[in-house]
Amino acid sequence: MIAFRTHFAFEFKTGLRNATLLMMNYLFPLGFYALIGLIMVQINPFFREMMLPAMVIFVAMASLLLGLPSPLVEQREAGIFRTYKINGVPAFSILAIPTLTTIVHAIIASTIIVVTAAPLFGAVRPANWASFGLISLLAILTFGALGALIGVVSANSRATVLWSQLIFLPSMLIGGLMVPLSVLPKAILPFAALLPSARAMQAYAGFAYSAPTVFDPAISIAVLAATGVLAAGLAIYLFDWDRVNRTRRGHPLMALLVLVPAVIGLFLG
Amino acid sequence: MSQAAIAVRDFRKLYGAAVAVDGISFEAHPGEIFGLLGPNGAGKTTTLECLEGIRRPDGGALDIFGVDPSRQPARLRDLVGVQLQTGGLPGEMQVGEAMRFFCAYHRVPPRYDLLERLGLQPMLRTRYGELSTGLQRRLALALGIAHNPPAIILDEPTAGLDVGSRTELHALMHELRDGGAAIVLATHDMAEAEKMADRVAILLRGRIVATGSPRELTATGSGLTKISVRTEGSSLFRNEAPLPAVQQRLIKEEYAVFYSTDPGPTVAAILSTLNGQDDKLIDLRVERPSLEERFLEITDGGAR
Repeated sequence: MIAFRTHFAFEFKTGLRNATLLMMNYLFPLGFYALIGLIMVQINPFFREMMLPAMVIFVAMASLLLGLPSPLVEQREAGIFRTYKINGVPAFSILAIPTLTTIVHAIIASTIIVVTAAPLFGAVRPANWASFGLISLLAILTFGALGALIGVVSANSRATVLWSQLIFLPSMLIGGLMVPLSVLPKAILPFAALLPSARAMQAYAGFAYSAPTVFDPAISIAVLAATGVLAAGLAIYLFDWDRVNRTRRGHPLMALLVLVPAVIGLFLG
Repeated sequence: MSQAAIAVRDFRKLYGAAVAVDGISFEAHPGEIFGLLGPNGAGKTTTLECLEGIRRPDGGALDIFGVDPSRQPARLRDLVGVQLQTGGLPGEMQVGEAMRFFCAYHRVPPRYDLLERLGLQPMLRTRYGELSTGLQRRLALALGIAHNPPAIILDEPTAGLDVGSRTELHALMHELRDGGAAIVLATHDMAEAEKMADRVAILLRGRIVATGSPRELTATGSGLTKISVRTEGSSLFRNEAPLPAVQQRLIKEEYAVFYSTDPGPTVAAILSTLNGQDDKLIDLRVERPSLEERFLEITDGGAR
């Protein structure tokens, strides 16, 4: 327990000490939130209705999808995991603790937004706070698992950027964050349904805001949860200690199995 | 001799079809520093990494106090302290934090006394990334031995250190040995091996080509003693008269250098020659064969 606490405290502080992580955990998402709050709600007043969930998902993607994977890859490539292994730090801790601390940072940044968005920018508060909180937690955990998986399977930092952007950019464009899914062309919707952000936004709409949805919100929650569980399992299974002595139990392309729940969800609604 | 703390028997390691280590055997005993010497690619680091449980051997047996490193990694952690050649810590980790971190995983209280001993106490809040290479190596050693392991593996522990730091680390290594630890020391530095190791093995292309104490190893070589003489008139440069026991002679910068099988009569003859030539002695050096020379003899022979 002392080891876990010490490790957790170190990783949490790293999220603030490391300039890149500080940027991804707080400065980038909160800066973007301020910008969107000042500009977007003027251009599109309807954005107020989706501002809270959209910003929570944005925070989760910035810190967990864009911020978390690179340090995992850099530490593995620099031989830091070897030092950990020799000193008895379990693989699970190496993967789980940075993920958990980044999740805590994401929750803190999200809380700042949730508390300030209504008074500052007139964001619409959810009808059901409990659902809002649970869906936010589920989405943050799922993005945490996806970020860990990307960190585990990426060969280098450039690859993490590629994989992360493969989820991040479509999420921003067709994931329901900036534009509601209901106004997207029908041909785009199957692609949107593959994105965790779209599933999370539909779950918010259905359960937290009692608003009409394009996808079934219950199925969206199931897809989101299954994606998170599968991503976490794959990240643990595919974890590798170092770059010179590959001991990975499966091929990195196995990570694509994480799409299975989303593909099944396509047929369910 | 006491029971071996670290035993390597017929150890083999392959990388694909390439044989990195080919059936080597050695033992390190409690209270002993065992040096592993060899040129780059000889298999030293591979051997150490298998002992540390990082890699799996492809043949033979490795044993550290009865524990197989690849099968019982959890038990191994309490028995072995390791200072890696490569592989560091996160750049943001502070010195004091690193000590707390690793001691927590080893379930021992933080060893601030070791940080004090290695001159790291004033840097408790300094980040690892801000330390010099020498200080990083000192910290790595402090972390490696913080849990008082009975077996210690050091991979190039003093590479890149200044003279003062090397002396300090050597003193600490002697202390650990005298405290009963079995130390395996891989190094390129022959002077360090000669000074520190009780026994050494020379690895070449994955095989042990010589083993013994540094004194034994140097004795089994050509056995020639090097006598270097510098005089005012450089008369020895021109003198080609035979000198007793001299096998080889050459001129190196301002010195006449003689390789002798029996240095006593050779030195006496050199001094007598100088008197006869009315030349004045400036410097006379008699050096027994060093481990480095023996190493070069062996590795050059092996390379050919």
